[in-house]
Amino acid sequence: MDLLNALVAILNFVVIPASAYGAQLALGALGVTLIYGILRFSNFAHGDTMAFGTAVTILLTWGLQAGGISLGPLPTGLLALPVAIALTSVLVLVTDRLVYRHYRRVKASPIVIVMASVGVMFVMNGLTRLVIGVDEIQFADGARFVVSVPQFKAMTGLDEGLALRTTQAITLVLTAAAVWALFAFLNRTRAGKAMRAYADNEDLALLSGIDPERVVRLTWIIATALAVAAGTLYGLDKSFKAFNYFQILLPIFAAAIVGGLGSPLGAVAGGFVIAFSEVALTYPWKKIAQYLGFEPAGLLQLLSTEYKFAVSFVILIVVLLVKPTGLFRGKSY
Amino acid sequence: MSDPFANRGNRDASIVNPRGSGTVDGTRASGPTRPGRAGDAFLIGEAMRGGYGKADILNGCTLAVEKGQIAVIVGPNGAGKSTAMKAIFGMLNLREGSVRLDGQDISALNPQDRVRAGMGFVPQVANVFPTMTVEENLEMGAYIRGDDFRQTMAQVYELFPAVADKRRQNAGELSGGQRQQVAVGRALMTRPKLLMLDEPTAGVSPIVMDELFDRIIEIARSGISILMVEQNAKQALDIADIGYVLVQGANRYTDTGAALMANPEVRRTFLGG
Repeated sequence: MDLLNALVAILNFVVIPASAYGAQLALGALGVTLIYGILRFSNFAHGDTMAFGTAVTILLTWGLQAGGISLGPLPTGLLALPVAIALTSVLVLVTDRLVYRHYRRVKASPIVIVMASVGVMFVMNGLTRLVIGVDEIQFADGARFVVSVPQFKAMTGLDEGLALRTTQAITLVLTAAAVWALFAFLNRTRAGKAMRAYADNEDLALLSGIDPERVVRLTWIIATALAVAAGTLYGLDKSFKAFNYFQILLPIFAAAIVGGLGSPLGAVAGGFVIAFSEVALTYPWKKIAQYLGFEPAGLLQLLSTEYKFAVSFVILIVVLLVKPTGLFRGKSY
Repeated sequence: MSDPFANRGNRDASIVNPRGSGTVDGTRASGPTRPGRAGDAFLIGEAMRGGYGKADILNGCTLAVEKGQIAVIVGPNGAGKSTAMKAIFGMLNLREGSVRLDGQDISALNPQDRVRAGMGFVPQVANVFPTMTVEENLEMGAYIRGDDFRQTMAQVYELFPAVADKRRQNAGELSGGQRQQVAVGRALMTRPKLLMLDEPTAGVSPIVMDELFDRIIEIARSGISILMVEQNAKQALDIADIGYVLVQGANRYTDTGAALMANPEVRRTFLGG
C-alpha cells in the first residue's frame, strides 16, 4: 500500500507536471529547431513570439468571454488560439519582410542574423508589454480538473491523492497531435519535403524549382504556430507574465540543443529531458522516502526551485562538452 | 597573420547553421521573357559578359547547342567554364549578352523560373539532398510537376539501375558515382528540354565515367540537349557534337568534337598532346 502511495505521489508531483511542462518546452523547441534547420540561425526572438502570441490569445479570450462564448469544460483560450496564431504569423511575416529578408538577400553571415533576431526580440518584448502590460494574468477557465485529489482518493481509497488538471491533459493531447501533424507534414507532403530539401541544400532546392521565399514563409508560419501554441498552453497551465516568457527561452534552447539542433525528434526528446530534470531536482522527495520506509532528516530537495534555470544551464553545458551534436544527431556537427 | 576576429561566431554551431546555405539570391524576382531571334540555336548564351564582383570572368563568351545534341565545354582551370554554366542558368548576373532558349529570350528569369522554362542543372558538388532518400531526391526533382511523375521515375531507375536498388537509402550515404547518378536523375525528373552538367565525372572511377558518358549519350538520343563542362576533355569531345574551348572567359576554338580532337594546336595546348 505504501509502495502504491509512493508511486501515486511520484506521478502527482513529478511525472504529470514534468510531462506537461516537457510538452510545452517540446513545442517551443520544435519551433527553434525548425528555424535553426531551415532558416539557419538560432532565433532569440522565439520566446517573445510566444509571449506576443499568448497576449493576443488572452485579448481574444477576454473578447469571447465578454461575448458570452465559451467552450464549456475546456478553456476559452483554445478557441482563441487559431486566430492568435494567424495574427502572430502576420506580425512575424512582416518582421521577416522588414528585417530578415534583407540579410538573406545580401547573404549575410548567419551570426549577423542571430544578432538581428536579438533586436527583434527586444522590439517584440516591448510590443507585448505595450499590448497587455507586465502583470501576471490568469486566463484559464472551464473545468479545473479532469481528476481531482478528493475524487481520486474516493476512487482508490489511497491516502495519497492525484490530480490531473484540464490544462495538463489538454497540453499533452495537443502536443501529441501537433508533433504527429508536423512529422507527417515534413515526411509525407510535397511542401514538407521541399522544406527539408531547402534545409539540406539551398542552391539545389532552387535548381529544383522550389521557391525559397515560399519555404521561408512556410517555416515562419509553422514555427509561429508552434510557439503560440506552446505559449498559450504554458500560460493556461501556469499563468501569463511577459517576463517569464523571456526566461523560458533558456530551457527551450537547452531542449533543442540537448536533442540535437535541427532534429525535430530531438527537440521533443530534449523538452522532456529538461523538464523531468528540472522537476526531479527541485522536488522535495521526503514524502516519497517516508512511504518507502526511510526517515530522512531533511526535505531531500536537491535544489531550491529558484535554481531551476540553473538545471537547464548545467545540462546545456554538459551536452555541449560531451556530445555537442545532441542526443539525436542534429545539424550542428 | 590571420585576423582573429574574422568569421568569428560563424563557427559556433549552437547558434548558427551555415551547412547547406546557398550562394544564389533566392529573393530575386523574374523579369519578363521576350521573343528570341530568328535562326537561333535551341539554346544560346550569346556574348555573355559578367562575373561575381567588379572584375568580369566572362568576356563575351558564346555557347550554343542544338536540339538533342551534346555540347562540351573544355578549357584550362579558371577559364570560366563553370561560371558560363551558371550564367546560362541565371545564377549570375550578366552585364552584357543574353540567354535564349527554344525561341524565347530568358535573360531576365531567375533560376527557379528557368527550371520551369525547361532547363535542368546538375552542379559539380553538393548536387544531392544528403539527408533525403534517393526516392525523395527524385521527388524533389519533380517538384514543379503537377502531373503523375511515376513513369519518369521508372525511366530514371531504368537508366540507373544501381541507384534503383538504393531508393530507400539517404543520398548522402551513397558512393561518389551513385551520387552523381542520383544528381543526374534528379535533374531529369523535370523532363527538361536542356540538361546542363558541370563536370559530371569529377571524382568517379574510369569505369563509372565510361558508364556515365554512355548514359549521357542515351539521354541526348531521347531528344534532350546536353551542355556540359568536362575535365576529361578527350573522352568528352569524343561524344560531343560540338565543342567549345574557353580561355579567359572567351571562346578560343569552336568546332565539332571530332574536328577539335583532330586540331593539332588544340591537342597540344589543351588535351595534353
